[in-house]
Amino acid sequence: MSEAPAIAVEGMTKIFGGRKVVDAVDLTVPRGAIYGFLGPNGSGKTTTIRMVCGLLRPDAGRGTCLGHDVIADAQAIKGRTGYMTQRFSLYEDLSIRENLDFVARLYRLSDRRARVDRALEELGLAARSRQLAGTLSGGWKQRLALAASMIHAPDLLLLDEPTAGVDPKARRDFWDQIRKFSARGVTTLVSTHYMDEAVQCDAIAFIAYGRKLLDAPIAEVQARVGLFARLVRGPGLDAIAEALRGAAGIAVVARFGAELHVAGTDESALDRALAAIAGRPGVTIGPIEAGLEETFIHLMAQSTDTFR
Amino acid sequence: MNTPGDRPFSLARMAAVFLKELVQMRRDRLTFAIMLGIPVVQLLLFGYAIDTDPRHLPMVVERRADGPMVRSLIASLRASSYFDIIAVTDRAGEGEAMLRDGRASFLLSIPEGFEERLVRGERPQILIAADASDPVAAGGPLGALDEIARRALAPELIGPLAGLAQGPPPYEIVRLRMFNPASVTAFNIVPGLLGVILTMTMVMITSIALTRESERGTMEALLATPVRPAEIMIGKTTPYILVGAVQTLLVLIAGRLLFAIPFTGSLGAFTLAAAVFIFTNLMLGYLISTVARTQMQAMQMTFFIFLPSILLSGFMFPFAAMPVWAQAIGEGLPLTHFLRLVREIMLKGGGYADIWNDLWPLLVTLALFTLGALARFRRTLD
Repeated sequence: MSEAPAIAVEGMTKIFGGRKVVDAVDLTVPRGAIYGFLGPNGSGKTTTIRMVCGLLRPDAGRGTCLGHDVIADAQAIKGRTGYMTQRFSLYEDLSIRENLDFVARLYRLSDRRARVDRALEELGLAARSRQLAGTLSGGWKQRLALAASMIHAPDLLLLDEPTAGVDPKARRDFWDQIRKFSARGVTTLVSTHYMDEAVQCDAIAFIAYGRKLLDAPIAEVQARVGLFARLVRGPGLDAIAEALRGAAGIAVVARFGAELHVAGTDESALDRALAAIAGRPGVTIGPIEAGLEETFIHLMAQSTDTFR
Repeated sequence: MNTPGDRPFSLARMAAVFLKELVQMRRDRLTFAIMLGIPVVQLLLFGYAIDTDPRHLPMVVERRADGPMVRSLIASLRASSYFDIIAVTDRAGEGEAMLRDGRASFLLSIPEGFEERLVRGERPQILIAADASDPVAAGGPLGALDEIARRALAPELIGPLAGLAQGPPPYEIVRLRMFNPASVTAFNIVPGLLGVILTMTMVMITSIALTRESERGTMEALLATPVRPAEIMIGKTTPYILVGAVQTLLVLIAGRLLFAIPFTGSLGAFTLAAAVFIFTNLMLGYLISTVARTQMQAMQMTFFIFLPSILLSGFMFPFAAMPVWAQAIGEGLPLTHFLRLVREIMLKGGGYADIWNDLWPLLVTLALFTLGALARFRRTLD
């Protein structure tokens, strides 16, 4: 039982207004893993998460979550899952303690008072527990929301873009917290579009336009995509980027500060294309390893746009 | 300085906003329907349903005498547009019972030996008792009775009786205003106002119960917890029972102190009626909140219910004087039944035995609203 994956769904499909927002997505998340869910806005990440935790009824597909059927047994899943929504979903007109208390009551926790106290303590908000949640800053709201979704000690944590609009320091703290939960055996499925967060995950699934394009342990992602990259330095980078974009053999042209990362799946075609700008004065071209960033830009560009 | 980009007023920008609003309005079909619906409904209600000169009010005739004159009088009453004779009885007490339970608004009583005493010139009395708990309904028809009786009996006063046609009428009409002898309008309005206030506030407050959650984004987190629809429903509505109870108490106290409204009936029966009515309105509001997608829509739907409640319940205009279709709508409104219950208990001294007729329709609507809300409640975000 404990060896069974936390999430094992296949063919998950959701149709809104005749469009397949999520199209036959399979997902297997091992217990205790931190699984990253990546993709551009509107790619179906939120919809997939909602189907996993029973907030949306899939139009097709089946599977289990924590051993319970995702369609027939949503109620059982809800009791053992913590869900942190993309938008702040606690009550701004309730105090911090009242919010935690409310959630704790919904889960009918017998040691409610102790758990709320402990959560406040861990948050470092014990002194401010009477403050209204609406008056908190973005980072604190996010920590409170995480505490609320963890109050019943769930086995599975679903985080939908939890760090959107939060400063880097708070984001790092947040991820430390997630890894702590993971060490305790909590499974985490987290959607994000920050690359620095993606590398924190054990494995990632990349989804675009409702289809899963890639699903691999983080170390294998670059190899799976098989991207070759070159680093371009020199004056007139904007003009170079303009010239390279769309050229045969070039899949990605991305600016990183004073450098240009150029990548393609066919190494010789990539070098042929770069030969056109190699002669420009002061321009140097060198090989680099393709990073996650280029990989994801490439994945996004590759995916067909079903909404057009 | 005045570049084309920063003029104080731009028709093009205004048109852009105008068109955007137009598109949004078209998308929001419910708001659009209500915006169009309210004037249409108002037109229909004011134009056809409401008659401040009430006609066709139900009358029961207690006939203890018979003869050509009595038959002529009853025929004239039937022919008049003021009264609809719903029953003619010769049993004592039956007419009064019908007046008390609201089936009849008027009781006409023709005493024994009416014709003989009239012929002898003894000026027998015709008693007309009106349910004056609604003074508007009682006033006009009471005034019309003189003329109806005069015209009915004139053809009979010929030959040897021609002498009786001269001078004062050979009979006397005794008018009795029951339940509100002084025709104090406040006696009718204040208990009615209690129902109106409860309808307004109870429906409105629960109508935004769920839409507020959805709009603030808290619904998603709420649905992700194991909480059940019925738990949300009861948890969200019960706090307002207290509010309704306080409102009821306030109106009763104000009615007693400011308008000297009597409270003649059973307090227990009143409490029961008020509790059922408050529940019904809370559930109606909650049902609205399962349908409306925004708080704005919920408010509009509340007013959509509120308008006919005021106009067709008998609060503002006499119920019995409305056309049949308007009465049918009125019977479906909780306020209609609550108004009858309150008048029955407060003004007519009703007790537990007298409230069942209007309590069961309230219980039925309460059950329908509750089941409807539970059926409508979306456990998912679909």
